[in-house]
Amino acid sequence: MRPNPRRVEENIFKVLMIASTTIVVSSLLIVFAVVIIKGAPALSLEMITSTPKGGYYLGGEGGILNAITGSLCLAFGATILSIILALPVALYLQRDYIGKSKFARAVRFSLDVAFGVPSIVYGVFGFIIMLYLGMKACLLGGIFVLTLLELPIMIRAMDEVIKTVPPALKESSYAIGANRLETTLRVVLKQIFPGIVSAVILAFGRGIGDAASILFTTGYTDRLPQSLFDPVASLPLAVFFQLGTPFPEVQQRAYASALVLLVLVLVLSILSRIVTAKYKRYVVR
Amino acid sequence: MNLKKQHISVQNLSVTYGNQPALMDITLKIPDKQITAIIGPSGCGKTTLLKSFNRLIDLNDEVKVSGTVNVDGIDIYNDKYVDPTYIRKKMGLIFQKPFPLPMSIYDNVAYGPRIHKKCNSKELDRLVNHYLKMVGLWDEVSDRLSTPASKLSSGQQQRLCLARSLAVEPEILLADEPTSALDPISAQHIEKTFMELKKDYTIIVVTHILRQARRIADYLVFLYMGKLIEHGPTEVILNYPKEEKTRAYIKGEIS
Repeated sequence: MRPNPRRVEENIFKVLMIASTTIVVSSLLIVFAVVIIKGAPALSLEMITSTPKGGYYLGGEGGILNAITGSLCLAFGATILSIILALPVALYLQRDYIGKSKFARAVRFSLDVAFGVPSIVYGVFGFIIMLYLGMKACLLGGIFVLTLLELPIMIRAMDEVIKTVPPALKESSYAIGANRLETTLRVVLKQIFPGIVSAVILAFGRGIGDAASILFTTGYTDRLPQSLFDPVASLPLAVFFQLGTPFPEVQQRAYASALVLLVLVLVLSILSRIVTAKYKRYVVR
Repeated sequence: MNLKKQHISVQNLSVTYGNQPALMDITLKIPDKQITAIIGPSGCGKTTLLKSFNRLIDLNDEVKVSGTVNVDGIDIYNDKYVDPTYIRKKMGLIFQKPFPLPMSIYDNVAYGPRIHKKCNSKELDRLVNHYLKMVGLWDEVSDRLSTPASKLSSGQQQRLCLARSLAVEPEILLADEPTSALDPISAQHIEKTFMELKKDYTIIVVTHILRQARRIADYLVFLYMGKLIEHGPTEVILNYPKEEKTRAYIKGEIS
């Protein structure tokens, strides 16, 4: 029998898809593996429960608790601020409000552009503003700059989720005499809650992992976060500084710090899934 | 015909979507406390007519409405002080595909009452119980009122949507092909409920099933290409159609 050309086409594409998926997943796994293999031996209880002691960056005693707490303060602060700003914007982009207007298109376009702006640019922008205001590098500055960094991706991710709400579902609510606000708050938000959480996690991941934007705006310190107006340490910069030393044991600690960052994001993703599982059952298809 | 005030009457109603005319110069009175069926081939404007009764067509893009639709004496399109949510509250609407809201069975029925009046929990319990019984769903779901409505079968979902609409205490019930997505038994159930409800409600059903119209409707409205061709009591229209198009549709020559 002659080979069926449609069958051959189908198989070629199947191989292509499998190959691409394998490449993507395995490269990520290799990154994880390197971080784990190089970082795990240096990881100790001391490392995650104490701040750097004298000579830490030369291989002395201490840990990166300053960077862990600093990063959590920065990322949670920026993410909470982003949610407060992003959710109203995303809801306003619904077709029930300005959805299909030129203005909405312009907003979406500028957010997409803003997402492509390198984080160092946000960092420098924040730095200039802070100089102008006479502020020195501090936690608050870092939170503001990370918020700028997180907003575009958070809004666009929420926007895409909101677009998946079936129009007939909203109509069902309108038909009962609910207005736009009631429909948005009681029906739309409930329907998209799991998606909103995903958008938040995505933005949080971007925020906690960024080094360039907080380099000038937040600074670095060996102390635990004291106030919004003092510099704080952060994990990405901890990785950066430790990796930059000539000492192998300190470089290993850089990998350990990266591992901590990885685990933080992982734990948060898993937690969010557990939280949303309960709400997923209500989602109407 | 009858002298008492009608819930819904339509005069010279035309609707266009962009440049596409959907309804042309419809003039019609809907009889109260009866089942009116809007019939006609697909794309003839049945759903547009139905949604123009409660201003749900407002949600479409670039929609233009001219003429008047009177609901309980209010000119709902030309009177600037009309609140569409007030008009919609007067009418329940159920769709082709049931769309339960993303919440529990109980909250679905309580959705309307919670929005429109301040009820205490005891009153809400009573309302939920009452309307779920009215649509024949109570016995099936009374033990799992707090579970998600999305887990019900589509027949049960449609009855839940009906209960949700009724809980706002409308006087008019609109239904857009309410049985077309359901299995025959669930469909029968909905039809039976409609027959029971018509003593208290004015019901308007869009259907493309002529046999369904014959079974449940007291009054028929036949639309063709956005025009009102003929309307009248069901037996008259089906047995003595005046217009050639109506005759052809009943015989199944156009569909």
